[in-house]
Amino acid sequence: MQVLSYLIPVSLLLGGVGLAAFLYTVRSNQYDDPEGNAHRILSGQYDDKPKS
Amino acid sequence: MTAVARAHLSACPACDAVPAAQALADHAQTEQEARIALSVPGVHCAACIATVERALEAYPNVTSARVNLTLKRASVEAGAEITASDLVSVLAAVGYEAHELDAGTLSATQNDKAGRDLLMRLAVAGFASMNVMLLSVSVWSGAEAATRDLFHWISAAIALPTILFSGKPFFVHAWSALKHRRLNMDVPIVLAIVLAVVTSLWETSLSGEHAYFDAALTLVFFLLGGRYLDHRTRAVARSAAEELAALEVPRAFRVVNGREESVAVRDLQVGDVILVRPGGRMPVDGEILEGQSELDRSLLTGETLPVFAEPGQTVSAGEVNLTGPLMIRASAVGEQTSLHRMADLVAVAESGRSNYTSLADKAAKLYAPGVHILSALSFVGWYLYTFDVRTALNIAAAVLIITCPCALGLAVPAVTTAASGRLFRKGMLVKHSTALERMAQVDTVVFDKTGTLTAGTPKLINLDAFDSETLSIALALSRVSAHPLSVALTQAAQMAGVEPAAVQKLQEVPGYGTQGLYNGDLVRLGRASWVGASNEGSTAAYLSIAGKVSEGFVFEDSLRAGAEEAVTALREGGKDIVLISGDSSDAVRALAEKLGIANWEAEALPEDKAKRIQALSEKGRYVLMVGDGLNDTAALAAAHVSISPASALDAARVASDIVLLGGDLSPIPMAIETAQSATGRIRENFRIATIYNIVAVPLAVAGLATPLIAALAMSLSSITVSLNALRLR
Repeated sequence: MQVLSYLIPVSLLLGGVGLAAFLYTVRSNQYDDPEGNAHRILSGQYDDKPKS
Repeated sequence: MTAVARAHLSACPACDAVPAAQALADHAQTEQEARIALSVPGVHCAACIATVERALEAYPNVTSARVNLTLKRASVEAGAEITASDLVSVLAAVGYEAHELDAGTLSATQNDKAGRDLLMRLAVAGFASMNVMLLSVSVWSGAEAATRDLFHWISAAIALPTILFSGKPFFVHAWSALKHRRLNMDVPIVLAIVLAVVTSLWETSLSGEHAYFDAALTLVFFLLGGRYLDHRTRAVARSAAEELAALEVPRAFRVVNGREESVAVRDLQVGDVILVRPGGRMPVDGEILEGQSELDRSLLTGETLPVFAEPGQTVSAGEVNLTGPLMIRASAVGEQTSLHRMADLVAVAESGRSNYTSLADKAAKLYAPGVHILSALSFVGWYLYTFDVRTALNIAAAVLIITCPCALGLAVPAVTTAASGRLFRKGMLVKHSTALERMAQVDTVVFDKTGTLTAGTPKLINLDAFDSETLSIALALSRVSAHPLSVALTQAAQMAGVEPAAVQKLQEVPGYGTQGLYNGDLVRLGRASWVGASNEGSTAAYLSIAGKVSEGFVFEDSLRAGAEEAVTALREGGKDIVLISGDSSDAVRALAEKLGIANWEAEALPEDKAKRIQALSEKGRYVLMVGDGLNDTAALAAAHVSISPASALDAARVASDIVLLGGDLSPIPMAIETAQSATGRIRENFRIATIYNIVAVPLAVAGLATPLIAALAMSLSSITVSLNALRLR
């Protein structure tokens, strides 16, 4: 059961990385226009760079 | 260059630490560039996005344009000299209807602090509940002794701070309800969370078997999910409604010492002299000092026929000046204008509506006391049976957690989000949170005429009655005027391929018409009395050639798109249809017969409209009012539920529950159907949640509930309820 002392912190850390990534997406306005983004991906116009 | 700087600023999270610098940068930017926001209700696909953006970016001096499809809105960075109306016409040319939005209110709603805050708490709760659930799964599958205690303590370490952070909205709401000696849904939620955490901590410290940390966290997570959905739906509606309210740009031209200056309407004072140009709206009540013109009062009274205006006559705020410039001396400004006095009428009418209790509140009223009593009873019962506080408290906590309104908290928001989203895609904006529920009960629909069933723009109907020479003279005269009747005549004649005759010395006589010389003879097109004709009572213009008067050009208000379909579909749906208008009997009768509405009333004052609706409500009818004018405002507020088109005055839009974003009326019957099926789903959801409770509560009271059963019951009921809501699409 010694392994738990590594695994629990590791799992918490990995989850924390996911949480941080999510908070970053919230802060950088990535949920402002979900429908528009879903449609934009179908167009070849933004293949080289996303619309600013 | 500046666009790049902005993108960099907002993408860098560290910049939030230096808000002052950012504000400074934003400020510097607004000086060079204007950001214009447009509401574009017609965009719906990838091609639309590309068309709109390309059209806007092709316009000179536009730096960038971006369409937000979720909010059906375009934001444009452009040079300061570009105005929104330029861009509206650019979009009209590519086939998209657009309205100007106020950029000030837009930037306030764009960041949407409250929504982001909720999302953040939701994310933290989700993260914590998953970790704790992971630990709990190992406890359920047989971890024992020291391992179990260790897992419980780790769970507690994760759960306590998370619940403090994520549960804050519930604590705040519950506290404010308790302060006012009321019970809302949040009180049992908070009680359950707190009791679960306290008993679990106690159990953990005694190396007990059952800890409910996972249940408390999942509860917070699911409920926050419901809260977030609810918030998002309302935020979209609220921001769009606020922005529409800013459509009317409140500026006026004040004349001081012979020079005119542009001032904000709120700065005007009694006695100021104001210049109102043709096409402008009266900003204040007042008296005409100089000038002759015609006034369009349709938004205030519903009259379609323009009224003659001359010095000495009084005007009311909201009337539109049609042909000649007018100088007005303000007699009442701001709150004292007749426009604002209408607000009192609205306040009186509105008091009737506030009686409506939403389905969620009804459920909470039954539910909250029931849960508390049940939990208290099981505590007392078990204490008397075992004389052990620990067992009794454990069971009371289990009862609270199992009955906790996880599904109930999701039942309403999940359905309203789905329904509002569906209506939004059809071009309807649901402003009020209980509007859908009230809409589902509607059995009588009351329409206003001018501007609602009709487009408010006249159309020539007897073009065939004239020979080509008369028409060509009339076209030559009508071309030079901006009067709505002239515009309609010009349009009809040009459509028929008429060439304008060579009329010299064309001159518009404000308030009367246009005149000129044709082959040396005086020709006039205008009012009956000016031309020398006898008025037949209908909306008409007359042409005289050298004193000889022709037959009248008769105009009719054209029907709004979808009006006929909407009325037919509503009648087929078994709704009673009533037409109440402030216009003359003739005009109202003609329209009523055309649409087959048997029940109509003309020349109704604003009070009459509201009274009529109150009378209907007293008879037990649920009335849907559709109107746009200021004279409809009180009626809109008095009705059980109300709809107004986006072209309505802001007072009318504020009073109504639902705003039609496009010009088409045909989504109304569909909206009623959606509302009915949404309310049906909400009731179904309540039933599902109740069934879960009926199954699980006896287990909890009997002391058989384990954290595993609690977790299963909670997750299953929440998921079923959400899936049921999604079936609405």
